[in-house]
Amino acid sequence: MHPEPQYDDTGGSITGIKASRRQFIKGVIASGAAVSSAGVLIGCSSGGDGVSAGGVERMVRLTVNGVERTVDVLPNETLAMTLRYKLNLTGTKLACDRGECGACTVLVDDVSSYSCSMLTHSIRSKAITTIEGLEGADGSLHPVQQAMIDELGPQCGFCTPGQIMSAVALLKVNTNPTRDEVRAALSGNLCRCGAYDNYTNSVMRAAQNA
Amino acid sequence: MSKDMMAAFELFQPDSVDSAVDLLREAGQGGWALAGGNDSFDWFKDRIKRPETVVDLGSLDELRGIRELPDGGIEIGALTTLTDVENNALVRDRYSLLAEAVSRVASPQIRNVGTLGGNLCQDTRCWYYRYGLDCYRAGGDSCFADSPQGQDREHCLWGADRCVAVSPSDTAPAMVVLDARMVVRNANGEREVSAEEFFVGPDIDIENMTILEPGDVLTAVRIPADWAGSRFYFEKVADRNTWDFALVSIAAAMVVSGDTIDRVRIAAGAVQCVPRRLEAVEDAVTGQLKNEATASVAGQSAVRGATTLNFNHFKVPLLQNLVTRAIRDA
Repeated sequence: MHPEPQYDDTGGSITGIKASRRQFIKGVIASGAAVSSAGVLIGCSSGGDGVSAGGVERMVRLTVNGVERTVDVLPNETLAMTLRYKLNLTGTKLACDRGECGACTVLVDDVSSYSCSMLTHSIRSKAITTIEGLEGADGSLHPVQQAMIDELGPQCGFCTPGQIMSAVALLKVNTNPTRDEVRAALSGNLCRCGAYDNYTNSVMRAAQNA
Repeated sequence: MSKDMMAAFELFQPDSVDSAVDLLREAGQGGWALAGGNDSFDWFKDRIKRPETVVDLGSLDELRGIRELPDGGIEIGALTTLTDVENNALVRDRYSLLAEAVSRVASPQIRNVGTLGGNLCQDTRCWYYRYGLDCYRAGGDSCFADSPQGQDREHCLWGADRCVAVSPSDTAPAMVVLDARMVVRNANGEREVSAEEFFVGPDIDIENMTILEPGDVLTAVRIPADWAGSRFYFEKVADRNTWDFALVSIAAAMVVSGDTIDRVRIAAGAVQCVPRRLEAVEDAVTGQLKNEATASVAGQSAVRGATTLNFNHFKVPLLQNLVTRAIRDA
């Protein structure tokens, strides 16, 4: 579905690493105290020497959009960082980076969550769905995506991936929401264009069409 | 300096509460217990708090879930998400006050990840303190909010002691009203602390909002049966309905026989560094008829002794009105 980035290739060593780690210290999953944060995000995503203690400890398997991917993740790395800068899934937007805008909303085990405000290590056993994971295998749009187009939901579009993910999370648990329920479900997503009514219209149409 | 990436730390994901306690005890002042992280990451990203060791409690299933207690009360694991608390049948049935308070926390996404323990233990929102200024609460020697030009609209009416910050938690007043017991574990074992004793003001500890010390973990909240199924009232007033913290909130539980108020407990949020139990109101209305006149007296007695700052005078009539409504409409 998505091109597998080069730096995901860790060969066959991952199993051995996991086993030895488990024996090493129960409960310790990541040790990166010696790694400064500033340039390392780029450095470790492209470097991949994988032999330093920190590097080895940081290899994790993530299930993103149904695909299992091995990624080198810093202890202090948020899911939004991993998605955008390690996995090139840039449909997830980073705006406030403080859990105050909703642009980074993704689904974690089908529950809407701010990917800027969770450590990737904390959710590594869970299924992550981003905006890129919504379309069907044949490239058809998700009903919420299609309804956004039909109802002219977005204005500038920057907050739209987050709005859509919140709407998808709602429709997974409530297939026939009221307008108020839609508004409540999207209340954790800011839209600076103020296209809230258009978004609500879109989600109502998606619920009818789904 | 980039503020987008948190400073480095060592991350531990212990598989038992005992190991978590050990890790936190060893880490001492450099340790940080991480629950949902919504409050923690702001501090880390702004480089204002820089723990060396972060202990992620998220994988501790023993801290999750809601159980019935033998006495008819309930126990809520500290790592239970706010969404799970809000949707729980026991909570909704017996303590709808808590379900309502939880439903007003922040935003859906934050409630999906944020935990009850985290909501109770979160730090204050005073923006001078959050901005990283060297204020009393940060170990310095000034209060920037309580100064001639300080922006103290959100700050306290009671309990000022160098610091004028308020308790930001929506669930804390509900816990005080329900007389909840906070279960705290450390290397010496487990202890229960009443919600009223759990939260502390600057007169007791100016750098912390709760009694938790390094090495302590809040593992659960036990709500006794006392107020199960009674009449409740919760209202939170904030500038925005989503995300925003309370300007004033009110939580009340009441038992009424006939027209008379038998028992009542009432507490306000965001008017003091701790959730403020309004004992004067309780005394004024207990045994009285539940009517407009009693509610009006309640509102008046709630605000006696309030000490305003430059920009928070509005909180006095706001609290008075909320208490009046709570006693009238509970």
